[in-house]
Amino acid sequence: MILENTLDDRPEGSDGSDQMGHFVTGELDLSHGVALYLEDITVSFDGFKALNNLNLEIDAGELRCIIGPNGAGKTTMMDVITGKTRPDSGKAFFGQTIDLTRLTEPEIAHVGIGRKFQKPTIFEQHTVFENLELAMKTDKRVWKSLMAWLAGDERDRIAETLKLIRLNGEADRQAGLLSHGQKQWLEIGMLLMQEPKLLLLDEPVAGMTDDETMRTAELFVSLAGMHSLVVVEHDMAFVEKLGGLVTVLHEGSVLAEGDLATVQNDQRVIEVYLGR
Amino acid sequence: MRKPLTLRILSALDSKGWLALGVFLALALVVVPLLHLAVPEDSAFHLSTYFITLIGKIMCYALVAVAMDLIWGYGGILSLGHGLFFALGGYAFGMYLMRQIGRDGSYGADIPDFMVFLDWKEIPWFWSGSDSFLWVAILVIVVPALVAFIFGYFAFRSRIKGVYFSIITQALTYAAMLLFFRNETGFGGNNGFTDFKRVLGFSVTSPETRLVLFGLTAVMLAVTLVFASWLVKSKFGRVLTAIRDAESRVMFIGYNPLWYKLTIWVISAVLCGIAGALYVPQVGIINPSEMSPANSIEIAIWVAVGGRGTLIGPIIGAFVVNLAKSWFTVSFPEYWLFFLGLLFIVVTLMLPQGLVGLWKKLMARKEGAAA
Repeated sequence: MILENTLDDRPEGSDGSDQMGHFVTGELDLSHGVALYLEDITVSFDGFKALNNLNLEIDAGELRCIIGPNGAGKTTMMDVITGKTRPDSGKAFFGQTIDLTRLTEPEIAHVGIGRKFQKPTIFEQHTVFENLELAMKTDKRVWKSLMAWLAGDERDRIAETLKLIRLNGEADRQAGLLSHGQKQWLEIGMLLMQEPKLLLLDEPVAGMTDDETMRTAELFVSLAGMHSLVVVEHDMAFVEKLGGLVTVLHEGSVLAEGDLATVQNDQRVIEVYLGR
Repeated sequence: MRKPLTLRILSALDSKGWLALGVFLALALVVVPLLHLAVPEDSAFHLSTYFITLIGKIMCYALVAVAMDLIWGYGGILSLGHGLFFALGGYAFGMYLMRQIGRDGSYGADIPDFMVFLDWKEIPWFWSGSDSFLWVAILVIVVPALVAFIFGYFAFRSRIKGVYFSIITQALTYAAMLLFFRNETGFGGNNGFTDFKRVLGFSVTSPETRLVLFGLTAVMLAVTLVFASWLVKSKFGRVLTAIRDAESRVMFIGYNPLWYKLTIWVISAVLCGIAGALYVPQVGIINPSEMSPANSIEIAIWVAVGGRGTLIGPIIGAFVVNLAKSWFTVSFPEYWLFFLGLLFIVVTLMLPQGLVGLWKKLMARKEGAAA
């Protein structure tokens, strides 16, 4: 019984038999313009339905905001997409061909989904530079890591990202010593180093100053088109600045969808946010 | 592979590190043999056989401590079963030493004495080839590696972590100890292997053989230190410490922690096996008590005392604790375990970074005072 608790909420079917180098044969296929497709996803924890027949479609290059009260299932949804939690039922596809419910976390990262956690998770003992180096898209098998040596163009890429996230003066600083906002930026930088097709960002501006928040919004808007972005956020000014469609989650399923103004005037949404 | 491997190995240590390593090897390979063989026994500078054996033994322990540091200090995985891998290497090499006794045993038989005692007529199948040094050298590496791989694969795949992992490793070494205690297992039961006569045809007790074993241990310790230093400074090492600090982050950027943990776990086990093989001919005995849980816990204490995650720390820890132990067990044998317990409490409460951490703190304070 002890062992089961350490299994990190991975239900049966995910025996972790992930072999190195056997990362997914299906190439990412965005030909129908859909980057992420969730259909009737249900996840329950001890009878509580964290997600209840959730349907969601994200187009390639789209910037989508997800809002919703606490416990609406936003984080669980991200867990499902990144393979941390397996759905009890439903489909989750990345592009046309990649079935996310059959892949492990590292495999999902390899096919091109990057995730930023709610609480900034960076490697606090490593320098800012090393954080980006570890995240960089490359062959991530053991032998390659043993023999890895940074090439000039790889250093350039890290330098570019450092500039983009405005940490170029802090490259050799221990990441744990950064301010909260800087940590958030570093994690976004790590995400970019992975060159993902789809970015999942869980409350990316929590703890940032207004100025930092606005700069983050600009960055995200500039990333859309090349990447698909799914942003979970409570900060309405930020959501407004991002533009794009807004999806409201409530009790594990989609309550409303539309641009921010439409959603904010939706009676059901107002009830959910203010009614209780 | 843009930079030649030799250059990268050179960059494993800084110039001070290489100098210290050179001094250490010069002491172990030149000064110690000279003081042992060339200086007359009544001179104050003579090094006794007791000293050679003691230091040789502690260097084997230091090797184990470095191996433990790789998995615990850098990988964040506390093993309380590393004594098992040490003993497996020791037993594998012990088989060879038993065969080298030949007919010089008490019974004058072709098979080791304990087999005669069990009324066995011939060498069992798993002893076949044990008269070959080369085969046994392979066993010393392969057996701990295989046990570590199989155990590690299932443990890490099931994402067993922290204290659960520690307890299971402890149970593993305990189970192995019970197995080796049985006479029928075929490894000499509770007496284990002893009364060795020769290694590669040379007498194990001759001063020259002792010095060669001493020198080999010193070289192995030095090579291990360079190797470990290269390992932790490589990208592999950075991924490993990243897994220690934030495993889920590592997974979400596309590394599979299973293979990283398994690699360092197997490397660590193999280093322990080699240490065990060097230990047995110097100490002259191997028995199942090497697998007792207390021994494995002691390994963790050496590392904690010296300083985790520093490589040099565990070596210092192994020396400090074991020198204290050999002094205590002669002067106040009954107080040793109390001292060990006290040491552990003091280190845990007051010196989380061990002796190396204390040294760094003192140096920083000195610099602060000077500035």
